[in-house]
Amino acid sequence: MNSECKNGQKNYIKNGIILCILLVGIGLTLLRFTSGIGGVTNLDDKNPWGFWMAFDLLCGIAVSAGGFAVAAAYYIFGFRQFNVFVRAALTTAFLGYFFEVIALVYEVGQPWRLVYPFFWSQGTSSVLFLVGLCVALYLIVLFVELLPALFEWLGKSGQRAKVVNWAAPLAVVGAVIAVIHQSSLGALYLVAPSKIHPLWYSKFMPLFFLVSSLFAGLSMVVVEGCLAHKFLGAHMDDQHARTADKAVLGCGKAACLFMFVYLVFRLAEVAANGNLPYLSTGYGTWFLLEIAGAVALPAFMFLLGVKRGSVRLVQAAAILAVMGVVLNRFNVSLVAFNYNLPSSERYFPNWMEIAISVFLVTLLVIAYRWICSRMPILKTHENYKS
Amino acid sequence: MNRRKFLSLASVGIAAAISPGNAGISSAGAVKENPDAVGVLHDSALCIGCRSCEAACQSVNSAILPKPENYKIPEKPFYDRGVLATKRRTDFQRFTVVNRYAIEGRYPVHRKFQCNHCIDPACASACFVKALYKTPEGPVLYKPELCVGCRYCMVACPFYVPAYDYNNAWNPLVYKCTMCAPRIAAGELPGCVSRCPEKALIFGKRTELLQIARQRMADDPGLYVEHIYGEHEVGGTSWLYLSPVPHRDLDQPELGKTPVPEPTAGILETAGMAAGVLSVFFGVAYLVSGRREKNSGEEGQ
Repeated sequence: MNSECKNGQKNYIKNGIILCILLVGIGLTLLRFTSGIGGVTNLDDKNPWGFWMAFDLLCGIAVSAGGFAVAAAYYIFGFRQFNVFVRAALTTAFLGYFFEVIALVYEVGQPWRLVYPFFWSQGTSSVLFLVGLCVALYLIVLFVELLPALFEWLGKSGQRAKVVNWAAPLAVVGAVIAVIHQSSLGALYLVAPSKIHPLWYSKFMPLFFLVSSLFAGLSMVVVEGCLAHKFLGAHMDDQHARTADKAVLGCGKAACLFMFVYLVFRLAEVAANGNLPYLSTGYGTWFLLEIAGAVALPAFMFLLGVKRGSVRLVQAAAILAVMGVVLNRFNVSLVAFNYNLPSSERYFPNWMEIAISVFLVTLLVIAYRWICSRMPILKTHENYKS
Repeated sequence: MNRRKFLSLASVGIAAAISPGNAGISSAGAVKENPDAVGVLHDSALCIGCRSCEAACQSVNSAILPKPENYKIPEKPFYDRGVLATKRRTDFQRFTVVNRYAIEGRYPVHRKFQCNHCIDPACASACFVKALYKTPEGPVLYKPELCVGCRYCMVACPFYVPAYDYNNAWNPLVYKCTMCAPRIAAGELPGCVSRCPEKALIFGKRTELLQIARQRMADDPGLYVEHIYGEHEVGGTSWLYLSPVPHRDLDQPELGKTPVPEPTAGILETAGMAAGVLSVFFGVAYLVSGRREKNSGEEGQ
């Protein structure tokens, strides 16, 4: 009785918070589209990209990499232990990309022209053109990859039978596009060599973005599995709950490998370009903090966790690794960007920019819950158990 | 569907996905330096900071500059030179400003700021709808009807030139100097040049402007620093600057000779090739893992 009452109270508070976020978000959306970008952001002529670009776009896409990483591991490389994570990871990736497009509607000045680069005037010399092309194509691929789940939910076994065989070729196409997309996000910043601090600017940024997205995506799959187990346990079947630990360790192992490759590569790059003297500056300290706290530490935690078979440790490492990649994307796009401008001309986000991002993430979580509580994402549909 | 069939399908899909880009490849840097391309030379040793160029720019361009409710240009009348003391920049209501720099041990130096019209412009290479483009005559121009408002041009510009109309909800656009391309086409001088009383601004062919600049340095040894800003910066700009003090003291950033678009030139071809290689890699991986599973007696999907 008592605990039920407490639960009810908890739900009451939780729903209240969600309602507040949604109301504020709707209000700010109205403000954004009636008073312009300047009405809700601190962007200016020297700082044209801010919190939205860093968080919604760079971080959102990096953590969405779990979709292609897990699908590739399962369908292409035949690592069957990832089975339980495939659909969950694809769902996250789809929603991640979908909400990135929504975020772009806020971010660009004239969102009704977002189709221009495809159908009207192709700026093929622009990295952003490549980014846009990848987003559009990959969104379609992800949607088709999720069609079997949709058809299972709708009970259309005929259509399901048609699309279910596409899984492997789609995983190949998806992996190709996603790899190019993740690297192209790093390539976006190659255009500003004079504006980004040398410790972060590198001609290898495309590769750095790709490798870090791999461990970010895999870590996100682990974090999400953890959250789903806690909050969406009712929609999870025994098989998923039972085999999840094995998949978590698999993700940890792969993430660990990618992190060490990334760690060595980034340090070697700084040394090879003669940027070591910068390490004694303030930016150098911040760089070392990023490398030590946000890459090396989670990498060793992964290593230890996998070796000892400790799911808990791998989960903790995954949380840290995701935060680490978020930090890296913020560093490249905001902290190291315009490092040579006086502090009075630097950018700091407006609370409204952050609130709109929180609003979009909330919508994403609601959409995720809606899908998982209906479609067989965290469980195998009883009609299709092999 | 067997393995071979979908492999070929996959590669065809990727090729189709990449090909529309390949068909239309034209690098923004393709406009090579035309010997007749025009530009402007600004001589800080002659500039007195009278703001005539600012006034001229405003009157010439008033038709294309937005005038919002809180219209603020000029914030002080153009004859008021008091504003020179505060550091200003161009924005969506003005294409040029002159700033005054107090230099120790000498008279203040003035520096004019506007789009430098790069020979290989970063903004044009960054634009994903080709709204910004370099004309063979020299000016870098903008097609407002194409602009999506992504502001990647502003990220790319090493001189922080393009400005955005952030508070416009329905038709926000990028604003920057056009070098008065329509006036040039009609045989007139750019607005700012036409009104300069001190000949601190000279309009002409870029090649000739470089000769004039060198002549001035030779005629008056010791007056100028030995550097024509814009001759080689980011591959060269159509605007050139002479200064009696180091250019960095006038907020002109120290930039290398490499054009900004160079590191990402041919990005789409590279991506296309990467797509081919990756398709083969993932395809082979799939075949190998399939065989491995078969051998170990497991059921392949």
